[in-house]
Amino acid sequence: MSADLEALARAGVEAALAAGAGEAEAWCEDTTSRQIRVYDGAVESLSDSGGRGIGIRAFLDGRVGYAYGTDLGPEGLRTIASTAASVAAVADPDEYAGLPEVCGATPVEGLESPAMAGFSTERKVELALAVERAARSRPGVTQVENAVYSDSEGAAAIANSGGFSASYATTRAWAYASAFAGDGEDLMTGLGVGLARDPAALDPEAIGVEAAERALALVGARQPPGRRCPVVLDTFVAASFAGFIGGMLSADSVQRGRSLFAGRQGEEVAGPSFVLVDEGCHPDGPASAPFDGEGSPTRRTSLIEDGRLAGFLYDTRTARKDARETTGNAGRGYRSAPSVGATNLLVQPGHASLAELFAQAGDGLYVTDVAGLHSGVNPVSGTFSVGASGRLIEGGELGAPVREITIAGDLVGMLRDIAAVGSEDRWVPLAGSVRAAPLLLGEMAMSGS
Amino acid sequence: MVAPELVERVIARALARGGDLGELYAEDRHGFSVTLDDGRVEDPRAGAERGASVRVVRGEASYFGHVDGTDEASLMKVADSVAQAVRGDERRPAALGAVRVAQGHPVTERPQGVAAARKAELLRECDERARTAGAEVAQVSVGYMEERRLVEVFNSDGLAAADDRTRVRLSAQVVARRNGASGPRVETGTDTRGGHAGFELLSGDPGAVAESAARKALTLLDAVDAPSGRLPVVVGNGFGGVLLHEAVGHGLEADAVQKRASVYAGKLGQQLAAPSVTAYDDGRRTGEWGSDGIDDEGTPTRRTTVIEDGCLTSYLYDLVRARADGVESTGNGRRQSFRHLPVPRMTNTYFAPGEATPEELIAGVQRGLYAVSFGGGQVEPATGDFVFGVSEGYLIEGGRVTAPVRGATLVGNGLEALRAVDGIAGDLRIATGYCGKAGQTVPAGVGQPHVRLAELTVGGTG
Repeated sequence: MSADLEALARAGVEAALAAGAGEAEAWCEDTTSRQIRVYDGAVESLSDSGGRGIGIRAFLDGRVGYAYGTDLGPEGLRTIASTAASVAAVADPDEYAGLPEVCGATPVEGLESPAMAGFSTERKVELALAVERAARSRPGVTQVENAVYSDSEGAAAIANSGGFSASYATTRAWAYASAFAGDGEDLMTGLGVGLARDPAALDPEAIGVEAAERALALVGARQPPGRRCPVVLDTFVAASFAGFIGGMLSADSVQRGRSLFAGRQGEEVAGPSFVLVDEGCHPDGPASAPFDGEGSPTRRTSLIEDGRLAGFLYDTRTARKDARETTGNAGRGYRSAPSVGATNLLVQPGHASLAELFAQAGDGLYVTDVAGLHSGVNPVSGTFSVGASGRLIEGGELGAPVREITIAGDLVGMLRDIAAVGSEDRWVPLAGSVRAAPLLLGEMAMSGS
Repeated sequence: MVAPELVERVIARALARGGDLGELYAEDRHGFSVTLDDGRVEDPRAGAERGASVRVVRGEASYFGHVDGTDEASLMKVADSVAQAVRGDERRPAALGAVRVAQGHPVTERPQGVAAARKAELLRECDERARTAGAEVAQVSVGYMEERRLVEVFNSDGLAAADDRTRVRLSAQVVARRNGASGPRVETGTDTRGGHAGFELLSGDPGAVAESAARKALTLLDAVDAPSGRLPVVVGNGFGGVLLHEAVGHGLEADAVQKRASVYAGKLGQQLAAPSVTAYDDGRRTGEWGSDGIDDEGTPTRRTTVIEDGCLTSYLYDLVRARADGVESTGNGRRQSFRHLPVPRMTNTYFAPGEATPEELIAGVQRGLYAVSFGGGQVEPATGDFVFGVSEGYLIEGGRVTAPVRGATLVGNGLEALRAVDGIAGDLRIATGYCGKAGQTVPAGVGQPHVRLAELTVGGTG
């Protein structure tokens, strides 16, 4: 499949050059995916899908045009290629545009699991049902709204007029469940999730139980009085914040003046225990690949090192503008031109267990869910105010469940306030791909009743 | 797109192992977008996709597959693969009716016929307007997008329907910056104009969109920290309706209701708000962003009264959930594209206009928040708990709008918010939103006149 795809990408490049492009690049994808949703012990929906498409980038005298499509016959390819070349005319010239200087692939072990093919649909249905059963089996769980199994097998290929072409294949399987505990206006929800290269590596019991326990932990939640206090962010919430911060470390956001990290390289932007890395070639990373959306090899990039801002994420264009090398962070799907984004973000785990973080917090708040992160944070000034729910921490132990709280502050202030990083890290595939650990924050403003 | 004779064979093949409903959905979509950032026109992008999906519904279960392309081999293959998953006896579909082409929405000037250079000009005009709005305007980005979707839906009940949908949208984001003693102050303002309409939508003063975004950003430079606590809130018209959309609308979608994953389950006929409160979901409203001729299951769109005089009167249905409740679909079976299963979704959701003026609503508040627009919001339909970031807000003091505030969020619960509505103005306006659910994003109109809530939790930064 990969070899065919590479040939198709090369044909796309030829077609774009024939249509008048000075330089050209084509990106192809071929994906089959399956999703099984179960409800109340039976299949609610089962979908089985395939898709194939190409996106072509045409460069004409510094102007860049993009076109994509799903008609991959010779005539279809010619149409897509000539559209890319013709729409380039409306763009203003961009002195930094062009193909990467260095193309190549970083070997990443195990992107594709051979076990995927041997797993029948029946067994996948059984897996989804097992997730639901595990969640339901916990006393106090009133409902499992969703138990979902999903997987995909995909191949991607790139070719450019510099003579580079390459491809890779990946497999992924994931499952999640959303459990309810309590009733009526007191109903609380909890999410459990797991992700692997194939279904055999998923633990349905753990996913279901996680959903149940997250919901059960919040039963009876009330709105607490507002105050300033130490806060522990659980792994899911820490991952959401880390993902958001990763977005602001894109050199594109920085260069366009849309990041609060602009011009702060080398500055102390977080507590000394905080280390954040982007690693596009991590063997377990859900977003790992040998090369990025422009054909540059993926790699490990240090972003925040012992609290200091160490670097940004670059693609070819932004790297040229800053006179440096790309970090292999051009994100891509065939429907869109490459743009800078994080791959796998990793928060380096610390040494404290969750119980030790609670003890250190003394009296405070354990946040297990935040809502409105993307609307509640000003990416430029970093001020934020988000909705939260979780548990009180009383005398170093977990206390009463709480909801309808807002926590507010500014992002850099919050990062600098990180007093400790927990030791229990894990992948959280909710918003992007983040490997996170719980975080203890010295003090935050929490508003309630 | 697909010949009737082939449609019949595909649906018959899909029902080879049974099913209550067999459906073929085919779509041809063309899109173009271009942006301007920092004075430079960039990222012109054109796309053309054609594909189809096959669905079989049997009992409570849906079986689904999709494919790029609408050629015979691809369609038969996907029908086969869907049928393989069903466990039952063959069912023969009803004969296909003649294709009913939906009554569409007027398109005077086809965007595809407008030269790309003119669209780029539009962006430059917006850039210019935003920059002249004030010296503190630091950055301007403007985006233009157009889309045309030709949709065909066929099913084993003999339904054959088609819809031709054109949408355009112009959006502006402006950053204003002021250097102060304690470092730079940076604020962002946004505005959009869009509809189920042609390029004519942008013929009347498109620069106003950019100017409005710039004014918001400039205003926020003077913003004070938002107050915290329980306060009366007046919510602005237009995009202020996202509150209704998130806090109420999602809970009325029949999939959530039937799973008891909605606080509105079992509340049909109950008085949830004051008798002055009426709300609609209206997919027919001419030219509106969330309107279509038919939904994505071929049901003609319509206006559904969801709250009448404060009483909950209807949920929002697609075919599958309507059958389970023994009612008709309300035309809310929507999907992002042929790659997605239809689910109950809102179209344009809004509070019906009342008698008051916005000034009267504000005059009744001693100390409160005027939330003009939201940066976005999120709701947990099961509990009705919501959070909204206020992107443009002001203090209300002594019945008057005073200083702009920044960083405010509204936190609450849908039922509580409905009960709290104690005033509705007459200035209904509908704004262009994108709504995400079940991994799918669809255009949704959110709107309302000015609405006052007696009390809500405001999370501030102060």
